Amino acid sequence: MSTLTIEKLTVGYGDGAPVLDGLELEVPDGAVVALLGANGAGKTTLLRACTGLVPARGGRVLLGGADLSALSTEDRVRRGLALVPEGRSVVVELTVAENLRLGALWRAGRKHRGPALDAAVAQMYELFEPLARRRDAAGHTLSGGERQMLALARALVSRPDVLLLDEPSLGLAPLVVAQLLGVLRDQAEATGLTVLLAEQNVTGALSVADRGVVLSLGEVVADRPAAELAADPALRHAYLGF
Amino acid sequence: MERLVFLLSTGLARGAVLALFALSLVIVYRAARVVNFAQAAMAIVPVYVAFAVTAAGGSPWLGLATALVVGALLGAVVERGLLRLVPQDNPLPGIIVAIGLVMVLQAGLAIAFGPDHRPVHAPFSQRPFDVGGISVLSPYDLFVLIVAAVVMGGLALLFGRTSLGLQLRAAAFAPETSRLLGVRVPRMVTLGWMLSIATAALAALLLVPTGLGLDPHAADVLFVNAFAAAVVGGLDSPVGALVAGLAVGLLVSLVTGYASAAAAPLAVLVLLTAVLLVRPHGLFAAREARTA
Repeated sequence: MSTLTIEKLTVGYGDGAPVLDGLELEVPDGAVVALLGANGAGKTTLLRACTGLVPARGGRVLLGGADLSALSTEDRVRRGLALVPEGRSVVVELTVAENLRLGALWRAGRKHRGPALDAAVAQMYELFEPLARRRDAAGHTLSGGERQMLALARALVSRPDVLLLDEPSLGLAPLVVAQLLGVLRDQAEATGLTVLLAEQNVTGALSVADRGVVLSLGEVVADRPAAELAADPALRHAYLGF
Repeated sequence: MERLVFLLSTGLARGAVLALFALSLVIVYRAARVVNFAQAAMAIVPVYVAFAVTAAGGSPWLGLATALVVGALLGAVVERGLLRLVPQDNPLPGIIVAIGLVMVLQAGLAIAFGPDHRPVHAPFSQRPFDVGGISVLSPYDLFVLIVAAVVMGGLALLFGRTSLGLQLRAAAFAPETSRLLGVRVPRMVTLGWMLSIATAALAALLLVPTGLGLDPHAADVLFVNAFAAAVVGGLDSPVGALVAGLAVGLLVSLVTGYASAAAAPLAVLVLLTAVLLVRPHGLFAAREARTA
């Protein structure tokens, strides 16, 4: 079971008012949930708090019923949580192959090495053909689209239980976005991967998601099936601005 | 001609030690983004331990092995127990603490072992080989070159070919991204310090028999020259440390031989100034990353 449960999560920066205040959210096993909302709604903060990069003031994050709150980021990742942060976070000094190997080191909580690691990396090359052609290129020579592809592949190669994605479409051409979201959808269907996808690209995100959750000022203001949310003009106007 | 060959071969052996020490500075810079001003004092502590082990009847090889272990432990203790507690948002507190550490370590050594030079004998002869009437490397110089080559090759393999090396590099370049991939970054920083100080201790150990002997300041000049070499090479480039270390070694040897020993530090400074004027990031600094 890899349900991600967020209970009464309160997160803030410095002495300021909390960005998230007692947030409750459940992403069931195998679901793809789109996390929507304006800038400043708390999407990035929520994802970073789930991985422990931002300390929580209160509340709990559970993965498959196990409390992650006391664990470090590294240990949460080793338990099966993966985050693709905003901004194509490839290690630009390493090559494409090295980035993928790094992502594959911890798989299903165990250290991974030798032929199994090579096979996992090879699988990603099949999935993302442009990466295969550039496997020995340094990260800093990749285009924006290739970087985001690599960031996604590097998260998938660890075969996580729950994948958190922070604005994968940022600054990318529509065609590349469609391709990335397509791969994401296929992977979720094929492997039962649980996905929480934070996006500004509402149409794109809702087209691959089962459910849409709208955040506003740190609170969940709408939680509906994706198709319903996309089709309801009143909701779109109120929370998504179009 | 004879003189040139002799100076070049000696310079090569001194350069190998310099390159090794410069490499140790590069390792710790890459791991923790600090220039460790306490590197010389931290390197000389294990040399004293090696000296004590050998004097107590152990073989020089046992002394060498002990020095490497003590160097690695000292690196871990200083990083975990001291520098991790210093604010990291600005390099100045770390530098000041490192300079304080130099004073404590060097004074501590002088209290424990006395401030005098202690003669240290090399495990091999230092009489140069005679090739066709020309004096070239001594057996000890050859030993130094081989050890330096083996250690650098080993480090290159560790960083380039193993998964631990991959994690060490990733943690140095992108700590937050590495944590998101399950890399224990704090542990990698400590490991970087351990590797660095063990390497520096080895360089100091190789240097001491060729100088006046062992005293708490025996590695100070080595640090100054190796620091210049590391900066010339680009500070985060292992290849740069190697090339610049050898170059500085040759330069010091040639200037000492043809001019005077007093001119050697000036020559190193001139080299450093010239390189920084032309390439402020050093000769082998990583290329700028594409940002769009």
